[in-house]
Amino acid sequence: MRSAADPGEREAAVAAPLASPSGKALPIAVRRLSKAYGAVSVLDDVDLDVRPGEFLTLLGPSGSGKTTLLMAIAGFLRPDKGSIRFGEREVVRLAPHKREIGMVFQNYALFPHMDVARNVGFPLRLRRVPATEIARRVEAALEMFQLGGYGGRSINQLSGGQRQRVALARAIVFEPRIILMDEPLSALDKQLRERMQIELRQLHDRLGTTTVYVTHDQREALTMSDRIAVLDRGRIARIDTPRAIYDQPGSRFVAEFIGESSFLDVEIVDGVCRAAGSVVRAPKIPAGQGRCVMMLRPERLRILDGSETEAMNRFDGKVQSAIYQGDTLLLQLVLADGSQVGLRMATRGDDAEPPASGSPIAVGIAVGDTVLLADEGRART
Amino acid sequence: MSALGLSVAGEVVDDFHAAALRRDHWRERLGLAALAAPALLLVTVTVLLPVGWLFGLSFFDDAGAPSLEHYRRMLAEPSYGRTFRTTFEISLATTAICILLGYPLAYFLSQLPRRAANLCMIAVLLPFWTSLLVRTYAWLVLLQRSGLINTWGMQLGLWSEPLQLVHNVGGTLIGMVHIMLPFLVLPLYGTMRAIDRDMLRAASSLGSTPAHGFWSVFFPLSLPGLAAGSALVFVLCLGFYVTPAMLGGGKVTMVSNRIANDIELFFNWGAASALGVVLLVITLVVLVLTARLSRGAGLFGGGH
Repeated sequence: MRSAADPGEREAAVAAPLASPSGKALPIAVRRLSKAYGAVSVLDDVDLDVRPGEFLTLLGPSGSGKTTLLMAIAGFLRPDKGSIRFGEREVVRLAPHKREIGMVFQNYALFPHMDVARNVGFPLRLRRVPATEIARRVEAALEMFQLGGYGGRSINQLSGGQRQRVALARAIVFEPRIILMDEPLSALDKQLRERMQIELRQLHDRLGTTTVYVTHDQREALTMSDRIAVLDRGRIARIDTPRAIYDQPGSRFVAEFIGESSFLDVEIVDGVCRAAGSVVRAPKIPAGQGRCVMMLRPERLRILDGSETEAMNRFDGKVQSAIYQGDTLLLQLVLADGSQVGLRMATRGDDAEPPASGSPIAVGIAVGDTVLLADEGRART
Repeated sequence: MSALGLSVAGEVVDDFHAAALRRDHWRERLGLAALAAPALLLVTVTVLLPVGWLFGLSFFDDAGAPSLEHYRRMLAEPSYGRTFRTTFEISLATTAICILLGYPLAYFLSQLPRRAANLCMIAVLLPFWTSLLVRTYAWLVLLQRSGLINTWGMQLGLWSEPLQLVHNVGGTLIGMVHIMLPFLVLPLYGTMRAIDRDMLRAASSLGSTPAHGFWSVFFPLSLPGLAAGSALVFVLCLGFYVTPAMLGGGKVTMVSNRIANDIELFFNWGAASALGVVLLVITLVVLVLTARLSRGAGLFGGGH
């Protein structure tokens, strides 16, 4: 977390000789990719474009097809049909060892019978790089991950974080033009994971390599990505920048999967929307039908005290509970019609006591922040 | 702190229950040890005592005086040397054939989906559930002069005279390999199963052809299982009695057959015991060497 607050310091620490921001990043174009196991379709006519040099994250619940898609791009899984292009080259039938991809695995997949240097040098030996050159490049790659001098260590002597760095060094040492990562941080503890997120993103910025990253952690996706593709049952439900997806998820599934949110049922009668006993205004109203849902991000909801300058949608209710979580205070509220919503506000040292349970409260969300989504029923997770 | 003591239900405990907690700990330990006691007793009575008795017996001559005569004879008489050489050759050959047959089989099983692998494993283990004697007799039925193989082979015109398939080294090897194969496959399969598939994927993404990935990653990681399985087979072969006795037809004399002869024909318990002791020592040496070798190669303690 500290490194997040001070990226400059981090940058200096990671500065490395291997840095080669190259113009040789490759775009990836996936077209109509399908894979089914019996009647179960895990990839359903997927189209995906990864721009050259982009950091794209595949995000979705388990079973959404994100790992399957990554494995197909890497060549470890043969799709039923479809096309995968790296730049101009069609690779869908190409064996994985000919695809020139740097891959990082969830459980590191380091070779336990080789020391650190032999692990990192593995792809270079395969490419018949001269021994002195291998030694130089391995050491440079290790230094890049603050592992200078660790070459002679055995894999078993390394901590989880160090193993992950060795795996990263091994994946980039042969300068692949595409890097694929399959939940590479999920085995690390929270603090290390958050530090590595920043570090990985900086590494990407320096190398300029096209990166496809798989995670089920929405926060990780928001932190690292240029764009996020949200997958749902073998299809891409939404692909856009983190901000666009968070603010305008477009569907209840995406809204539930990314960030926290509460939902209110909305009734539309003659173009007037009503939710939880209040009239609601919104920049965009889903066309057609009489029902939709309103997305309420807890941190966008505010306690109304009369000082608001912009137009607000107001709701009255009662405080159910107030939970102090350190950085934020979470209020759980019951609105007039019985629906429950959460409100989150930043804490400060001189905060007054939070409102007591059962006390009446008026809350609101700016009309500009109000998002109405077509009601597709309960989302699946 | 301790000066304050603790009041539990009106009673003041000065040491914060330290002594009582320690007592609980030892009581639990003792309970666990008690569970192992019946088995330990059984092993002591049925294994350690007889082996110790035989061990002692081997150091007395036929008249009952302490002597190294039995060991001296083993060195002096060339027939003993031949017996040991045969034992080693047969055991080595059996182990080698088991590796050649078992390694690909274990690899195949390890690549199957778990459910299919379990089914195939039943087929591998099926022989375990039939009597060793029955299986050996079955080979006799198949291989003897008027056996199934000779009958069919001659009916099909593949050969005209009955082949000598049994009562020789070949027949002994066939029977022993069949019986030993599961002992190689089981530990090997376990080791191969435990090799993370991502390991091979990683090798492949880094540029390894499937063959290179196999030899540079999979094979080295499977070696501990191969070493364990091979050592097991070899050691079991060293003391194998039934199959060489029946399929060898008296032409293949292993140490265990010799021990049986010493007792049944010559009533020479001392000589038999001495052979038993030497066999036991050799077996232990083989096991220690295997463990030492595989550890020296840095193969154990790999994993994740």
